[in-house]
Amino acid sequence: MIHIDNLSKAFTLHNQGGTVLPVMAGAGLTVAPGECVGLTGQSGAGKSTLMRMVYGNYLANGGQILVGHLDVAQGTPRQIITLRRETLGYVSQFLRVVPRVPTLDVVAEPLLALGTPPDTARARAADLLTRLNIPERLWSLSPTTFSGGEQQRVNIARGFAHPYPALLLDEPTASLDATNRAVVLALIDEAKARGATILGIFHDEGARAQVCDRLVDVTGFTPGLAA
Amino acid sequence: MNAFSKPDTPLFRVENLTKSYGPRIGCADVSFDLYPGEVLGIVGESGSGKSTLLSCLAGHLTPDRGQITYDGRNTLSMAEAERRKLARTDWAFVHQNPRDGLRMGVSAGGNVGERLMAVGARHYGDIRAQALDWLGRVEIAGDRIDDRPRAFSGGMQQRLQIARNLVTGPRLVFMDEPTGGLDVSVQARLLDLLRGLVRDLGLSVIIVTHDLAVVRLLAHRLMVMKGGFVVEQGLTDQVLDDPQHGYTQLLVSSVLQV
Amino acid sequence: MTDQAYNFAYLDEQTKRMIRRAILKALAIPGYQVPFASREMPMPYGWGTGGVQVTAACLTPEDRLKVIDQGSDDTTNAVSIRKFFQRTAGVAITEKTAEATLIQTRHRIPETALTQGQILVYQVPIPEPLRFIEPRETETRKMHELEEYGLMHVKLYEDIARHGQIATSYAYPVRVEGRYVMDPSPIPKFDNPKLGGNAAIQLFGAGREQRIYALPPYTDVVSLDFDDHPFTATKADHGCNICGSIHSYLDEVITDDQGGRIFVCSDTDFCAERQQGTAA
Repeated sequence: MIHIDNLSKAFTLHNQGGTVLPVMAGAGLTVAPGECVGLTGQSGAGKSTLMRMVYGNYLANGGQILVGHLDVAQGTPRQIITLRRETLGYVSQFLRVVPRVPTLDVVAEPLLALGTPPDTARARAADLLTRLNIPERLWSLSPTTFSGGEQQRVNIARGFAHPYPALLLDEPTASLDATNRAVVLALIDEAKARGATILGIFHDEGARAQVCDRLVDVTGFTPGLAA
Repeated sequence: MNAFSKPDTPLFRVENLTKSYGPRIGCADVSFDLYPGEVLGIVGESGSGKSTLLSCLAGHLTPDRGQITYDGRNTLSMAEAERRKLARTDWAFVHQNPRDGLRMGVSAGGNVGERLMAVGARHYGDIRAQALDWLGRVEIAGDRIDDRPRAFSGGMQQRLQIARNLVTGPRLVFMDEPTGGLDVSVQARLLDLLRGLVRDLGLSVIIVTHDLAVVRLLAHRLMVMKGGFVVEQGLTDQVLDDPQHGYTQLLVSSVLQV
Repeated sequence: MTDQAYNFAYLDEQTKRMIRRAILKALAIPGYQVPFASREMPMPYGWGTGGVQVTAACLTPEDRLKVIDQGSDDTTNAVSIRKFFQRTAGVAITEKTAEATLIQTRHRIPETALTQGQILVYQVPIPEPLRFIEPRETETRKMHELEEYGLMHVKLYEDIARHGQIATSYAYPVRVEGRYVMDPSPIPKFDNPKLGGNAAIQLFGAGREQRIYALPPYTDVVSLDFDDHPFTATKADHGCNICGSIHSYLDEVITDDQGGRIFVCSDTDFCAERQQGTAA
């Protein structure tokens, strides 16, 4: 489902004398449906960069990123938008929403974007928020004022609202208490069970051990870090 | 056709559009395709040519060179009558200053109803019912229908302008700094409203702004202009998070963080 | 006796020819506002300078002229214009609608039906019906050109929204031959039905705004309205206190400071004819 081959990336800082920072070279990995692969490597090794490249958020300089049938490295914006809407979900560490939008609608939005009837979408959102222990009295409020842990859970609910065939998870259990961590891990297991392809970053070793089928150390993809 | 089908033909195609003011470049060699349901953001500093470009696209200015095709029709060579008809049915234009887009001496209901009457609506009751419906959709209380826009706050005026524009069910909306003169809290409400309308109505939108936060939330794709040229375009979050051109890098790094 | 210091009907022949050309063009394009080079007249704007120039261009020595203001032959404006043409053209004058060959009017159409061969000249203050909501002349001309008349209905919509009905009671806009929207000058909307299918030539002159427009005989003229708020020609719900007519347009006359009032025909000739008819 996700197949990365010979991927490379460099940042060119035009406003700092044109400095070129190579951050990735020769990266390659494959994740099969129903499989969860965890990325490891020290801070700054390029785990998040790789995730962002798979999501189309960072441009690749060379190589291939196949998600389903689309090569994200070559995809047009329209193709990537469609991929993100239908196929590829992303739970980042940060919640970026329009202020004022009620939490319930924030979570339901990926479904609404797919044309799901609003009632169905909101019912699904309510289920997820309930499972993730966001009290119902908060659903009508914007999550912008929530605590870090609450925002993180809203973000996860949003990421799991639509059953994406492929998911990118960037530290989904960080800043969660034991109860909610267990809920998130259960959600990941359920996604795997329905055949989702998952690529994630888990600093939480217990979580990593529980959900990851394999680990890939990105240090080998990082110019200057690779031995 | 619903908003979520993805026909492979663009709704709006721009090729090599160029407009100069004498020796000064307004915009040069701009090309892009816009598909149904797509929101394209155009950013750049003052004088970058984004407003000139928008005026050319919307037919307010005549470009020196280039092609504009809307739904298979060449909008530059079509008769003025046809273009103006397009402008008040299939297209909409939301001005930065609501005073430019509203009739300040006409009631809110009359402002919304004008486009309906312009295309031949002749039943007062129906026109009023549609105006009420649209006021509701832009969150203006129905009992304000007979008030004139000058009695409205800036945010309400802007929402009224949007209702007035969308009442005929346009497919392509041009927006010139739609959140420009508004308080931040009012901006957020408007952005939320616009997002909902774009999604529910499957609108194609070209939005010109200098506010990167606005495009991040609204636009699928982004075009960065400088000195009349498009220096970079791509997926909005990709352009903002991994800008390739020096000018975009400068623009992105100049945004104040809160 | 003609005042020999003036050309016939005051204006020089070249000016009259220019105005006649504008009139012919206006007749050829019913409802279209034809620009013309309005002259300074020996009376102030607002006193009918447009109508006077049109009348001057149409008058021949054989004509019999009637001038009315608000339906009346003996108000200041009517009297001064009538005297002006008596002095400068020496034409015959009359107060009888049926006998006149040319009638200059301000704010009324005579009650007595006009006949073929007669000319009715209106004094027009603001010829542009779209001016109410669109102040730019360039834009209103474009709107006429492209038949973009939605705005006219916005004006009527505003009326209903504000007053529960179309409150416009004079200068009520009309569509001419399904093409141009026209301001019929500030006649009461009671008179609107007489605009269409009229046997006489109707000419409209706006002196300050320098526009002439026209309705040739038997032109199709429709008053604008909504399906659910149709046009109605209204008048005071009374009979004339003098002649008893219940079909003519009435003026309300306050008779004392105790609230006393009477209603009388605004068309003085019509009222007088009826009185004579009753007396005879």
